[in-house]
Amino acid sequence: MSPEDVSAEGLPGRILEFGEELRGEGIAVGTSELLDAFEVLGEINWVSEEDFREGLAATLAKSQEDRRVFELVFDRFFFRAVELAAARHGVQEEDRAFLAELSERELDALRAQIAAAMRDGSEGAMRDLARMTIAAFARRQEGSGVIGVDVQRIRRALGLRAEPQPELPAEDPRRDGLPRDALRRFEALLRRELERSQIERTGNLPPARPLGELDRALPSGPLADLAAVHRVVAQLRRRLATQGLQARGHRHRAHVDVRRTMRASLQTGGVPVVLKFRPRRPRRPEIYVLCDVSTSVTSASVFFLSVLHALHDTFRKMRSFVFIERISEVTDIFEKERSFKAVSERIAGDAGVADISGYTDYGRVWSEFLTQVEDDLNPRSTVIVLGDARTNGRDPRADVFAQIAARAGRTFWLNPEPRLYWNYGDSVIAAYEEYCTAFECWTTAQLEDFVRALTRPAIVGAR
Amino acid sequence: MPTSSPSPASIADVAEGLRAVGYLPGESTALVAYLATKLGKPVLVEGPAGVGKTELAKALASYLGRELVRLQCYEGLDEAKALYEWNYRKQLLRIQAEASGTGWDAVQDDIFGEEFLLARPLMTAIASELPVVLLIDEIDKTDQEFEAMLLEVLSDFQISIPELGRVEARTHPIVLLTSNNSRELTEALKRRCLYLWLDYPSLEHELEIVRLHAPELSETVARRLVEVIGMVRALDLKKPPSIAESIDWARALLLLGAEDIDADTFTETMSVIVKHRTDMDVVAERVGLKLRSPADVA
Repeated sequence: MSPEDVSAEGLPGRILEFGEELRGEGIAVGTSELLDAFEVLGEINWVSEEDFREGLAATLAKSQEDRRVFELVFDRFFFRAVELAAARHGVQEEDRAFLAELSERELDALRAQIAAAMRDGSEGAMRDLARMTIAAFARRQEGSGVIGVDVQRIRRALGLRAEPQPELPAEDPRRDGLPRDALRRFEALLRRELERSQIERTGNLPPARPLGELDRALPSGPLADLAAVHRVVAQLRRRLATQGLQARGHRHRAHVDVRRTMRASLQTGGVPVVLKFRPRRPRRPEIYVLCDVSTSVTSASVFFLSVLHALHDTFRKMRSFVFIERISEVTDIFEKERSFKAVSERIAGDAGVADISGYTDYGRVWSEFLTQVEDDLNPRSTVIVLGDARTNGRDPRADVFAQIAARAGRTFWLNPEPRLYWNYGDSVIAAYEEYCTAFECWTTAQLEDFVRALTRPAIVGAR
Repeated sequence: MPTSSPSPASIADVAEGLRAVGYLPGESTALVAYLATKLGKPVLVEGPAGVGKTELAKALASYLGRELVRLQCYEGLDEAKALYEWNYRKQLLRIQAEASGTGWDAVQDDIFGEEFLLARPLMTAIASELPVVLLIDEIDKTDQEFEAMLLEVLSDFQISIPELGRVEARTHPIVLLTSNNSRELTEALKRRCLYLWLDYPSLEHELEIVRLHAPELSETVARRLVEVIGMVRALDLKKPPSIAESIDWARALLLLGAEDIDADTFTETMSVIVKHRTDMDVVAERVGLKLRSPADVA
């Protein structure tokens, strides 16, 4: 549907269109939600932007993630609607000309101002500065035409970074690094201004782009995820604990308790009419976790270690191993230390991961693991491997891995790389995937997917 | 269907009213509360623990002059605990009392009357003569079956009792459901609700809340307190301090007669806001240091 078609319908048309866009981003907006939204608009003063936004959000976005996507789509949608109207009525901004020539020294001043605005978190100042920046850069050089590329280039040219830059003079606010969220906010403003100027130039709207996976995700540092990981793992435990119940319904194998059957048969004159079965004890999951801590997974290993840490908090019968070239058991460390920081320090320090080359040797890891736990592995145990399956050209020894998988009840592989990169270069995940179920896992959301898959054993294979 | 007697006319009214009973609503909170009174739709309130989800229901009830009916959810909550139950002891007594002489039919008609019904929270809320505020707390703790049962109550405000027939709502309750987001609620339930996400309040907002609940605390200490709480929340803790805990802390400082929050006062009273062994270490290390440095310079 082109924008012209709905402009005649006014606000209702726009709201429906907005609902359509939300659906496009994967939010479940049903007709009943839209009806609610209209009902709400009848009750509030929808000329106020804040009320309008909150009223729509209360009816259309029904979780925290949805709310976040809602905000993004709301901004994009109504920004575009306004710009389109402006372009159609020939509204142009006049005040750009005087910024035309910007010397290097003025650019320095601009830099400092932006950094100061970011440090103070002043939204209005940031918006004005973003506008000035775009105007300035539009004269200095040709834009690439790709907004994302331009934004990054401008940011680099201005030297805006979240990391501290000690080489700068002491009074420069950039010296201690800029707040990350302000930086992100400024980038968003830059992007918006770029879009605006593009629309002004062409007099038409560019096609709408869907939200990227990164925009969607909640912003969080690796450590801020720790709490989220703990939450997911607590769920994991509950599911593993209750899963036995589900499985029990399908299993018909049972052991007759002879003693109790005999006792019961006394009532029927020694004829065992009623069979008594041995109660099935809920099984305690035994978990073995193997975690890769080599350099190729450095970025993911904080995440992995936090998963490991959370698992240890919840499961009693669990043994964990870290490996690079060889394997090393770290169960003790996790049991003694409760703080995540101490754990990661000890693992980095004296956990004694034999690391000569710094390259993972999966073949060796499997055989060492097998020798260490061969006698303990049984169908009740679950083996979880956290690693990228990059062998650095060494023999993957999938046959040994197959032995492990055969002895253990279930084997899972969590790979920190996007599925796109699997089996490229020295990644040999396909060789292992024959014997286990592999999951892509680098965010807590994916970890949740993994947990969810665990609950539905039938579907695990299909994934 | 009759609504409450003091029906708010605008969002500002609701905000004002909630303020008057000691709850400082954010912008969206007031809006959604207003919509709840107007549209009669249940509201699903989500957010981290201790941001005032339950408190909102209480404040709304006292603002509207309604009774608050509360259903605390937990794992294994069933219909008998949430809807109604037959008072079988009383039924037995009744049967014994008329043991002889009465026919079965008469007794049967008798013992399945409203007299023998034990109304549980949901039933109470629906059958109440006066409109109430119904709070279904921590809905995420129950299982999905229970949620399905709630659907009938929430969309049509009626309960079917096989022996009695349908009990329809005499008045329209305002329903608030709270959830700590420990599991995803079903789409069907969400569909019927307005949604409100409550987060930790902004610095200024929390300052207002603290000042409201501990008015004797000096402005400077209160501001300092809120700033420190903000710092603590920014850390990665197992359990970040809630609003209730900042208020507790403000009261504790008041009792101790603290003039300022310095490193020593902080270490002594930290246990009011941080309740995990490991968290305490982290907080003492990070925040304690920050508090110390300006004091040394001065």
